[in-house]
Amino acid sequence: MKPQTALDRFLQTDPEDVGCDEAMEHLHVYVELVAVDAEAQERYPGIAAHLKACGPCSEDFTGLLAAITGPAL
Amino acid sequence: MVPAEVEGNGAATRMATLDPDSADWLRDLNGTEADREAACLRLHAMVLRIARHEVRRRSGYLQIAGPELDDLAHQAAADAMVAILAKTDQFRGESRFTTWAYKFVIFEVSNKIGRHFWRNRTVAMDDEDWSRLPDRFGLDPAHEAEWRDLVAALRQAVDDDLTDRQRQVFVAIVLNGVSLDALVADLGSNRNAIYKMMFDARRKLRAALVAKGVMDIESSASA
Repeated sequence: MKPQTALDRFLQTDPEDVGCDEAMEHLHVYVELVAVDAEAQERYPGIAAHLKACGPCSEDFTGLLAAITGPAL
Repeated sequence: MVPAEVEGNGAATRMATLDPDSADWLRDLNGTEADREAACLRLHAMVLRIARHEVRRRSGYLQIAGPELDDLAHQAAADAMVAILAKTDQFRGESRFTTWAYKFVIFEVSNKIGRHFWRNRTVAMDDEDWSRLPDRFGLDPAHEAEWRDLVAALRQAVDDDLTDRQRQVFVAIVLNGVSLDALVADLGSNRNAIYKMMFDARRKLRAALVAKGVMDIESSASA
């Protein structure tokens, strides 16, 4: 085993990754599925793959999820 | 990928498929001047509340607080309102109207924070400080003998295998610590284009490291 886990994770790409535009186009749909635990990752694996790899889009997802599930902001 | 749930044309067909709250929003925003004005006031109050929460949530990335942070929230809310009102006819009822609208707030906050990155910082885009890489990826200096060849191979692959643009993006993000959204603002590009450039760069670099025998062909990402 080579000592490269973090770098390897960073360089790893998922062919299912749909990219920022498509993930953000459907983020409002995806986040509502996540909020009700409705198998969002299974239904939209390409968005799930993208959010795992893209920090900015993942941050947007977290913010939107907080906006719709958090207590009165 | 996402099924189109609303195929009909016209507000009447579309609103028949909406949840009651979303239908109310669309009715009011497309209603009389008084209805629209009242709806815009309600919507702006909600949008500003979300923007304030979001800039506070992300305030760790910023070196501002108090009134300046609130000003950033107001700017994001104002720009989100413009986007929402311009695109209301594109809302297809796939989510609640408020979820769809909040998405624009989050995007505007990201955009503002990306631009804010450069207010108090200058980064020489051609500056390549490879000494930052071990810390960036948690490579322990005490075990340098174990990763020295890997880093040398990576540096060689960056020089040999990436296009000039891919190399510029890789250096900015990985070595200089520029956030992707900040780089988007600096280059006048868009997030998808920069992400795609990094995606291709990452794929090329990993293939090169595997070919050189310094990285396992099996990913350790799922380990």
